[in-house]
Amino acid sequence: MGSNKSTLQHIPNAEELMEETGFSAAHIQRLYDRFQLLDRDQMGGLRNEDFEAIPELVTNPIKDRIIGAFLSPGKDMVDFPSFVRVLAHFQPTNSKRSKTSSQEQYNSPTRKLQFVFQLYDQDRDGKISKTEMLQVLQEMLRMEETDEQLQSVMEKAFQEADLDQDDAISFDEFKKSLEKLDISEKMSIGFLC
Amino acid sequence: MEDLWVAVLWGMKIWLYLIISLIMVPAMFGFSLGISETYMTILIKTLEWATLKLQKEKADEQTLKTSASNGLIQREDGSMEKELEELRRSRPKPPVGGDFTLSDCFYFSRKGIESIVEDEVTQRFSSEELVSWNLLTRTNNDFEYISLKLTLVYGLGIFVRYCILAPLRITLACIGLTWLVIGTSAVGFLPNSSVKYWLSEWVHVMCYRICARGLSAAIRYHNRENKPKKGGICVANHTTPIDIVILCNDGCYAMVGQVHGGLMGIVQRAMVRSCPHVWFERAEMKDRHLVTKRLKDHVNDKTKLPILIFPEGTCVNNTSVMMFKKGSFEIGATIYPVAIKYDPKFGDAFWNSSKYSMVSYLLRMMTSWALVCNVWYLPAMHQQEGEDAVQFANRVKSAIAHQGGLVDLQWDGGLKRAKVKETFREQQQKKYSNMVVGDESSNSD
Repeated sequence: MGSNKSTLQHIPNAEELMEETGFSAAHIQRLYDRFQLLDRDQMGGLRNEDFEAIPELVTNPIKDRIIGAFLSPGKDMVDFPSFVRVLAHFQPTNSKRSKTSSQEQYNSPTRKLQFVFQLYDQDRDGKISKTEMLQVLQEMLRMEETDEQLQSVMEKAFQEADLDQDDAISFDEFKKSLEKLDISEKMSIGFLC
Repeated sequence: MEDLWVAVLWGMKIWLYLIISLIMVPAMFGFSLGISETYMTILIKTLEWATLKLQKEKADEQTLKTSASNGLIQREDGSMEKELEELRRSRPKPPVGGDFTLSDCFYFSRKGIESIVEDEVTQRFSSEELVSWNLLTRTNNDFEYISLKLTLVYGLGIFVRYCILAPLRITLACIGLTWLVIGTSAVGFLPNSSVKYWLSEWVHVMCYRICARGLSAAIRYHNRENKPKKGGICVANHTTPIDIVILCNDGCYAMVGQVHGGLMGIVQRAMVRSCPHVWFERAEMKDRHLVTKRLKDHVNDKTKLPILIFPEGTCVNNTSVMMFKKGSFEIGATIYPVAIKYDPKFGDAFWNSSKYSMVSYLLRMMTSWALVCNVWYLPAMHQQEGEDAVQFANRVKSAIAHQGGLVDLQWDGGLKRAKVKETFREQQQKKYSNMVVGDESSNSD
């Protein structure tokens, strides 16, 4: 046990992060190496430009929202602990945890759903409005479609989920519309030990 | 004081004579006295011993670096269509037209996060991670005190590398370069004849051999029957400018490149006196037609040496081969592919030009253990009927990657500095919109 912790000494708050997120020491180390590789100007944080240097990410239709998930509103840089916390959402749900903390674990199905919900709900008001859904579609489809087509696609998807017809999709409605999906499988990354 | 000076000078003379007789002369004439072989054997044994020692110490604990060469995550390679279909299966088939669901975002966000954790491209522009420490300070990420013996060997290694090997290598490199300039200029005075060509080749190879000794390079050439011939183009994967020294140790090539000023310029001008190389002015390089024409002319003259080109256009870290620029494959000459693979245990050959300048890079090379590499000559390739330059380039690239045990990537090495083009993102968006709205058009009124 001794040598494990000592090698993480240069990573700030490594032990707390491990407790909080459930990542093993090996994972934290590898993520830290990755973080440092991405942090080109060695500022101790990742900015927009650092994310944009990943070619595979830039080709993703919703890259700006994914980057936005790391950079909380008002901040333009994400530090290592926040970086790891976001990634913790994508751990498999059934990964072993030593302690059960009082707050829900990052990789619970609900937290995973919340992550995607926030990708849609950009103004963080707890509801997805029609405008917000339209914005997502415009980003993903690059507004190549005429507005009408986009509107009708959006309407249909909205009607499916908006059960109480109040022109907004709440988190519970969101959850309900996806209840048949195996969230933990679809929203997990296969971290190798 | 006087005595001290005399002693120092005397010591330096002996030093120089030793170098010339033991290293330079064998290098010049291509035979070996076995000194470097002995050094390499001792080195390999030491590194093996160190690895075992490290593994023993860490056997009962979790080794943090066991999967250094493997990925951090396992990625599924399903296509966008397949995975989105799976996501949508959980809900009833939608009514007429418009197929977007909230779950589509799952796929994209997962893919996005996966690429943030690990992607194929950014890791190629930094040095390869070692599986086990090789007793160099620079590759030691988290120094732990393992045992006294190991630390002593490490300390001894530092002394040997910095105080014995480095001065020796620097001396050799200087001699090699000087000799290159003088030798090629001298040969340049001769009239064009077969003697001149023979002498020019001999001078070139000799100087590169001295430079190779200056880096303690241990090179293994494979399949030498496929060596590039005159009138062809030799292409190889690019890791460092030292690739040139490695390849030219075994044959003579015509170089292609930009005219530089300063020391490089002197070397270039001297070299071109003895045999034709293709140097371009900076302005000329922008003109693709001019470049192609000059290369074509060179290639069509069957008396001229094969051209050496690195189609990646930039240095990558020798774990993969990145996109080949199609320029050299449009000329219509015979292509001789060559794969070069360095062994990272003995020293990291990759030149990370954003991190190190040329001089500090060379100093790092000279204070490594050695430079060990394998060179494979692949059979000649020609452009086939109905194959365009890009396809041909990819075919050659795959052959090189396969032989060298490198990952074959489609990404452009230029991404080291430049951003990826918007068109790639547009492609993805188009693909996705076909799935979402493509149905719409088939159901339009």
